[in-house]
Amino acid sequence: MKRALEHGLSEFLIGLLFGFGLILSGMTDPGKVVGFLDPLGNWDPSLAFVMGGAILVGVVAFGMAKKRTSSFLGSAMRLPTSQDINQRLVLGSLLFGAGWGLAGFCPGPALVSLGAGQDKAVVFVIAMVLGMLAFEVLERRKAQSAT
Amino acid sequence: MNLDWNHFTPWMSLAGGILLGIASALFILVNGRILGISGIVGGLLSPKAGDVAWRVAFVLGLLAAPLLYAGLRGPWEVRIEAGWGTVVAAGLLVGIGTRYASGCTSGHGVCGLSRLSPRSLVATISFMASGFVVVYLVRHALG
Repeated sequence: MKRALEHGLSEFLIGLLFGFGLILSGMTDPGKVVGFLDPLGNWDPSLAFVMGGAILVGVVAFGMAKKRTSSFLGSAMRLPTSQDINQRLVLGSLLFGAGWGLAGFCPGPALVSLGAGQDKAVVFVIAMVLGMLAFEVLERRKAQSAT
Repeated sequence: MNLDWNHFTPWMSLAGGILLGIASALFILVNGRILGISGIVGGLLSPKAGDVAWRVAFVLGLLAAPLLYAGLRGPWEVRIEAGWGTVVAAGLLVGIGTRYASGCTSGHGVCGLSRLSPRSLVATISFMASGFVVVYLVRHALG
């Protein structure tokens, strides 16, 4: 019970910290995202600093994580095992990037902006969840036709 | 090349990025999980026993962040050029694309690159390239 509470609380607080970081970094301003993706226009390179700052810390943390067999709270280390570089990965990423460039929202900032009550973020998140549901339906159909 | 000095925020973006890195570090070290938003949300759409509460707790934290930010620092800039139809199309693309790719800017872009994963590097190059092309088309070739 105590462990479940510790887990729940840490998950909530880490979500809160991540959301705070997204706003501070400028990722929740779609104009800033699109400005970064537009080097031939009026370019705003800020987002390179976001990625740089995050990866600087991340490299150290994941280096430590790879050596551990359990988390600080005693749960399993769920590090990704897939190494596949395939069509799903590339085509999926291309579709994602197209949507990211069109609106300037990726999933995290969209959810944070939904929390702030922004009307376009609400609509974006509804559409995003519908897109994710479409994926679930397509995957289930594929699994059924395979059996 | 023309720099948008009015909106360039290297220090705030670096500080925000470091917070994103710290949050991702805590999530893997304390909870043993990858901080990838599309995967966390996507998992709620095919819920499995014992695999729901942590996702909900994390998403509630994300949703509460604006409240904390507004309380500590006040309002922040939001510029949205996209119209309603574009927002819907973009949301659908982001939803389906991130699930096929098993990750987005957080899972592949931050955690994956930090793990030095070639798979995540390919994903990040792909979504960045696609974003650059789409913005070029919308702003320069078609606009």
